[in-house]
Amino acid sequence: MDSDEQVKVSTLEAYADTIVPGEKRFPDDHAIAGASAGPGAVVAGALELLHTEATGVTVGLPYLAQSLNDHAKVYAKEHDLTLDETLPSFVALSFVDRTALVRQLTAPGHPEKDGWVSLALFCNMSFDSAAHKHTAEAIAEGHPGLLAMGYTAPDEDGLWRFPKFSYRRELAQLHPDTTPSGSPA
Amino acid sequence: MNAYDKTDVVIVGSGFGGSIPAYHLAAGGAKVTVLERGPWLETKEFEHDYLLGSSYTRAFDFVVGDGMSVLGGNCVGGGSVVYFAAMPRAPKFVFERHGSIGRRMWPSALTRDTLEPWYDRVSDSLPVSTQDWNDVSYAGGLWAALCDHSGRTANPAPVAVDNDRCVNCNFMMAGCRFDAKRSLLTNYLPAALAHGAKIRPLHEVQRIERIDDGDYRVHFNIVDDEDYRVQSGSGTIDAKVVIIAAGAGATPVILQRSESALGTMPHAVGRYFSGNGERLNTAIINEERVREVLGLSREDGKVYEANHIGKGPTVANWDKLDGSLPEYERYSLEQLYFPPGLGTILAQVPGGDEPRWFGPQKKEILKQWASWLTIFLMTEDDNEGVFGAPPPTGNAYRISQQMLGRGPLKYDPTPNTLHGWSLADAECKEILEKDGLAKVAPWTNDVVGAYTVHPLASCRIGDDPETSALHPNHELRNHPGIFVTDSASVPGALTVNPAMTIAALAERSVPGIVRALQARGVDVTYGAPAPDGSITGRRAVSKLSLVAGS
Ligand SMILES: Cc1cc2nc3c(=O)[nH]c(=O)nc-3n(C[C@H](O)[C@H](O)[C@H](O)COP(=O)(O)OP(=O)(O)OC[C@H]3O[C@@H](n4cnc5c(N)ncnc54)[C@H](O)[C@@H]3O)c2cc1C
Repeated sequence: MDSDEQVKVSTLEAYADTIVPGEKRFPDDHAIAGASAGPGAVVAGALELLHTEATGVTVGLPYLAQSLNDHAKVYAKEHDLTLDETLPSFVALSFVDRTALVRQLTAPGHPEKDGWVSLALFCNMSFDSAAHKHTAEAIAEGHPGLLAMGYTAPDEDGLWRFPKFSYRRELAQLHPDTTPSGSPA
Repeated sequence: MNAYDKTDVVIVGSGFGGSIPAYHLAAGGAKVTVLERGPWLETKEFEHDYLLGSSYTRAFDFVVGDGMSVLGGNCVGGGSVVYFAAMPRAPKFVFERHGSIGRRMWPSALTRDTLEPWYDRVSDSLPVSTQDWNDVSYAGGLWAALCDHSGRTANPAPVAVDNDRCVNCNFMMAGCRFDAKRSLLTNYLPAALAHGAKIRPLHEVQRIERIDDGDYRVHFNIVDDEDYRVQSGSGTIDAKVVIIAAGAGATPVILQRSESALGTMPHAVGRYFSGNGERLNTAIINEERVREVLGLSREDGKVYEANHIGKGPTVANWDKLDGSLPEYERYSLEQLYFPPGLGTILAQVPGGDEPRWFGPQKKEILKQWASWLTIFLMTEDDNEGVFGAPPPTGNAYRISQQMLGRGPLKYDPTPNTLHGWSLADAECKEILEKDGLAKVAPWTNDVVGAYTVHPLASCRIGDDPETSALHPNHELRNHPGIFVTDSASVPGALTVNPAMTIAALAERSVPGIVRALQARGVDVTYGAPAPDGSITGRRAVSKLSLVAGS
C-alpha cells in the first residue's frame, strides 16, 4: 500500500471523479474510473480546491478519506465484493459501486451527510466554477470545466460585456391585469 | 469611550430593512449607527470572478439548515448588493392569505391598497422602472416565447436596474461593477451618510440587553475582514431604540440569544419561517426546435445558447397569480439566471437515471450549460420553518472562510407546500416540454434541502399575539423600543420577489419609529424626500404618516 498521503489523495480523487467523472490520465489510473470521456473534476483541480484552506474542509480531509475507505470496506462486505488490497478500499470499488456508496452517504438522514455534501459541493465547484483560480485566468489556461460549459474569454480588462443580449421583439402578450407600475394587480 | 458608544438608534443590518429607516431617521435629526456584520465593498471591488475570496464569496452568506438552505447578502447594503433587482409589487390576494393559522395572517390595517403609497416611495427612491421587450435578455425573451407558444402571457419584470449602464454581463450576484444595479449603496445609504448616520462594517451583533430607564445595550463582535470565522474583539453600544434588520435568517436568532437578558420572547420569534415557496427548475433547451417552432434566432445567427448573457430575471409568467384560485395553487414562474458554483450542483438531469445531481449524465448536461434556461417558481408555502437553539455567534456555525455555514433552521414541507410545488413544477414542464422545445427537471431538495434566496416571516407582524412576534407597527411585542423592519417581519410568502414589499413595509414603519423616539425625548421629525430629493412619493404618504404605526 502507498503512503498515507498517496492513499488520501487517490481516495479523494476517486470521490471527486464520482461527482464529475472523467477519462483516465494514464492506463492504470485507479483513482479515475474512466466513466466519462474528457476531463472531469480531478483534472479540473478538485484536489487543489479541497486543499484551499478557505473552503474550511481542508483539515478534515485525512479523516474524510479514511472514513470513506472504512465505508467502502463495509459496503464491500455487504455486497460480497472482494477488493484489490493494494488499493485504498474506495478506489478499489467499481464506478457503479462508488456511485451507490456516495448516494448513501449524501442521502437525507445519513448522520454524516453534511460532510459528504460539502465534499461533493467543492468537487463540483472545481469543475463548474474553478473556485481555486481567477476565472479569467482559468479560461485563458484552458480550464476543462469552464471550457466544457462554453465560457468565453472576457474583454481585455477581465470583465464580461455583452452588447448584443436581446431578441428585441415583442414575444408574448402582457397579462391583462398588469398595473401601470408593471406589477401584477 | 469613543463617541459612538451611545446613540439614539442602533440598526442591526444594512439591507432594505436597515438602510431605509437609517436614512429617514438620520434625515429627521436622530443619531443613527448601523452595525453590519459584512464588509463594506466599493464598486471597483465587485469582480467578475468565481475565485474563493472574490466579491462572489465575500458578499454572501449561505447557511445550510435542516430541510432548507438560505442564501443572503453579507455586506454593507445587504441583499441589495447581491440581488437581481426584480421589484414587482405583491398581488392583492397575498394580503388576504390565511396560511397555516386559519385566519387572515396580515394585520387588518394592511392591504395592497394601503401599502401602495409606500411602494410608490420605494419606486421613486431606488428607482424602480418598467422594462420593454428591448430590455429583456435572450433568456427572458425565450421564456416569453415559450409561454406564448403554450397559450400563456408573459411580462417584462419591473426592475431596479439602470438599463443604459447595464452591460448584460450576468455577474450581478457578485455586486454590480458598473453601478447599473440600483442597490442601496446608490441611494438610501449615501443619503443616510450625508445626514450623519454612521455605518460600522464587520460588526456582528450577538445580543441585546435592557439597561437603565428602558434603553438598550447592543453587544457585537468584530469580524475579520477576510476570514469571517475569526472574530477579534467585542464591544457594546447603547441606544434608545434598536431596529433589528439582519434578515429573516438572522433576526430571530439575535432575539433568541437575547432572551436571557431581555425576558421571554413572543412565541412567534423564530417560528412561521417561510421560504417564499421557492423552487428552481432547470430546462435544457433544444436549440434546433426553438429555431423551427418558435422562429427565434440571435443577431449572430445562434438560436439561444445565452444562459450566461443578461441581467438576472427579466420576464415572468403571472397567469396563476389569480385570486380566485385556492390558496397554495397560486404562483409565479420567472426566468432567472443562477451562476455556477452556488446552484449548478442542485440541477438534476431531466428524465435521467438516479443519481440525477451528480455523475456522468450530470456532466453531460453541464456541457449544455449555455443552453440552460432556469425558471424560478414562487409559490405559497405553509410558514413551517422553525429555528432551533442559536449557535454561539451569528446565525450559523461558519464552515468556510466566507459564505458557507450550518444553521439551526428546520423546515419540513407540509402537504400544502408540496402541493404548490408540484403544481408549479407541472406547469413548468407543460410550458417547456411542449413540442420537444426543452427537457426540464426541478432542483433536488435532497442535497441541501429546499433553497431560498427570499427568507421571510421568522418574526412577523400581525394582529394576533399568538402567531405574530411584532405589532402591526413592527415593534416587538412586550419589548417597547425594539423594532424589526426586515424580511423577518413579512407575514408569509408573496408569490413574487419580496424586496419591493420588504422595502415598502420598512418605509411604512418609519413614522411609528419616529414617534417612539420622540416619546423617548429624541428631537426627530419625519418627512424626508426620496434620497435623490424627489417628492412625488412623499405627497401620498405624508397624509398617511399618522395612520402608520398607530
Ligand atoms: C442571489 C439573490 C438574488 C435575489 N434576487 C432578488 C430579486 O431579484 N428581487 C427581490 O425582490 N429579492 C431578491 N432577493 C432577495 C432580497 O435580496 C432579500 O429579500 C432582501 O435583501 C431582504 O432584505 P432584508 O433587509 O430583510 O435583509 P438583507 O438584505 O439580507 O440584510 C440583512 C443584513 O444584515 C446583516 N446581518 C446579519 N446578521 C447580522 C448580525 N448579527 N449583525 C450585524 N449584521 C447582520 C447581513 O450581513 C445583511 O447585510 C435575492 C436574494 C439573493 C441572495
